[in-house]
Amino acid sequence: MKSITLLSISQNPGRLLPTADQLMRLGRGLILPLVGIFLFLFLWANAAKMIDTSLGQFPGPGQVWEQAANLAAEHQQERQREQDFIARQDVRNAQILTANPQAHVEIRPYTGKPTFLDQVGTSLFTVLSGFILASLIAIPLGILIGLNESAYAAVNPLIQLFKPVSPLAWLPLVTMVVSAVYVSQDPAFSKSFLISMFTVLLCCLWPTVINTAVGVANVSKDLLNVSQVLRLGALPHVFKIIVPASLPLMFTGLRLSLGIAWMVLIAAEMLAQSPGLGKFVWDEFQNGSSNSLGRIMVAVLAIGFIGFLLDRAMLLLQQKVSWDKNAILR
Amino acid sequence: MNKYLQLSEVCIDFPTPKGPFRALDKVSLNIAQGEFVSLIGHSGCGKSTVLNIVAGLHQATSGGVLLEDREVNAPGPERAVVFQNHSLLPWLSAYQNVELAVKQVFRRTKSKAEMRDWIIHNLELVHMTHAMDKRPDEISGGMKQRVGIARALAMEPKVLLMDEPFGALDALTRAHLQDSLMEIHADLGNTVIMITHDVDEAVLLSDRIVMMTNGPAATIGEILQIDLARPRKRVELAGDARYNHFRKEVLAFLYERQRKVEDIGAQKRAPQAASSTRVPLAKQA
Ligand SMILES: Nc1ncnc2c1ncn2[C@@H]1O[C@H](COP(=O)(O)OP(=O)(O)OP(=O)(O)O)[C@@H](O)[C@H]1O
Ligand SMILES: [Mg+2]
Repeated sequence: MKSITLLSISQNPGRLLPTADQLMRLGRGLILPLVGIFLFLFLWANAAKMIDTSLGQFPGPGQVWEQAANLAAEHQQERQREQDFIARQDVRNAQILTANPQAHVEIRPYTGKPTFLDQVGTSLFTVLSGFILASLIAIPLGILIGLNESAYAAVNPLIQLFKPVSPLAWLPLVTMVVSAVYVSQDPAFSKSFLISMFTVLLCCLWPTVINTAVGVANVSKDLLNVSQVLRLGALPHVFKIIVPASLPLMFTGLRLSLGIAWMVLIAAEMLAQSPGLGKFVWDEFQNGSSNSLGRIMVAVLAIGFIGFLLDRAMLLLQQKVSWDKNAILR
Repeated sequence: MNKYLQLSEVCIDFPTPKGPFRALDKVSLNIAQGEFVSLIGHSGCGKSTVLNIVAGLHQATSGGVLLEDREVNAPGPERAVVFQNHSLLPWLSAYQNVELAVKQVFRRTKSKAEMRDWIIHNLELVHMTHAMDKRPDEISGGMKQRVGIARALAMEPKVLLMDEPFGALDALTRAHLQDSLMEIHADLGNTVIMITHDVDEAVLLSDRIVMMTNGPAATIGEILQIDLARPRKRVELAGDARYNHFRKEVLAFLYERQRKVEDIGAQKRAPQAASSTRVPLAKQA
């Protein structure tokens, strides 16, 4: 076997060497982005040396990398402490119970400081909750106003009015309303979570509403004629013709919405002091140690990277449900 | 004469910024059950508008359409349409496209298995069973048009309305589909109204050719009865004196009595649009 493969290779030496075309593609796909990243790191490192702040020199790539490692280590320490705490508690409770089987033992949850990774998790959960809730409102609303011109005429001024509102303007109102309305003895969600989530929701509704409405209003006349000739009822008309036909634009809207949701969330958490990446950044800023700037920079990069991943995830979902496999999605 | 489908004094005005535009003026036509009628006329004269009124997609401003003595005022599957550009749902396979129609029309009268057989039967009629799981963007233009025809036939329509069903196809594919259509019409005896730009196609397929005058306010100019025996074979007819006489009649109507003078200027300005309609006719002349 081996000799045969060797033989075929030696007969075909040209096939082992990449062609010029393949090299070009490799260059565009891998080498050029790497060049870009290295250039950025180089400029960053040099610029950082020239900036002195009250918290020390601006962190370069090296310090930021160090802080990232620190944050990961802190996360692990914190987890370790939690396990130790639970183990100690279990041992103590077991001792009490052996001494007196009727004794009432308490199981207290561990209340450590949330680590960077915990904050990332909180932020992701909040943003996805807000985004999904917003989509559940925005898609039906978009379909309605796309189908019905009177509904569009009625709703459009409101959309135009609320679309440009910054999350910071909503935040105080949302805070007050949530505090007033959400009063429960045993809350399932914390108030801070609800405040950030509703702020996200209010800000990320609009791209999905608008794009869905445009997609629905522009469904080709031919497909509408088909539906009419078949005498499809209202619901089959929407689900069999309108929704699939407007899916591409709907997804454009959803991706824009998710991007906005992520941006808004960070601002909302920062301002509302609700747990998450935004609060992490703010706390580090207030903390003002010599490591703070490096740690904030880690958060900045993490925010960017997570935003990128969220967009990729939406893109994958879009490719999965899209019927037009030839469409170039980016 | 049997009045299965009646158009009586159909007029239609389209609203435009410059006031109402009269596209059709007093179009009257009676069609017998099982008859194959072609509509021919220059581009923009109002052929599609006539078809859409029969389909119920447009409402006549005055006059009306009766099918089996009942007034037509909304679209419905008993007047199935084969659209000019196939109009298949791009996210469904050929089978599913036909299925959508069959489910809608026969959901109360056919069982699941019967529906499946019926869908496959109709795809067989147009010789499309081999590609029935492909989506519209995976099949050729001629195949799409065939699926469109299968979808329309599967509704078991009283009247089959076809808007230039083969207009966008090459000559060979078109000839092939014309033959299939003649076979299907011979088997099922549907009543058909077909719009065409192609004089040969009109003469070969039709029992009558309805020739429309130029718009605005277009109406029926002449009606030509084609009494050639069926089944018709295109090769044999090519040398047939009566066939050539009918062709000449239609050409004379289009190019002598209804010449479109202003179209020459339009052709220069929009060569693309004009050529699609003119080239087939020029080839035959
Ligand atoms: N919805 C509409 N509003 C205004 N004018 C219209 C409308 N639909 C058609 N018309 C006009 O009515 C006339 C007839 O149009 P129609 O589409 O029936 O032509 P046609 O004979 O089918 O042409 P073609 O052979 O190019 O398809 C045209 O002048 C067109 O501009
Ligand atoms: Mg037309």
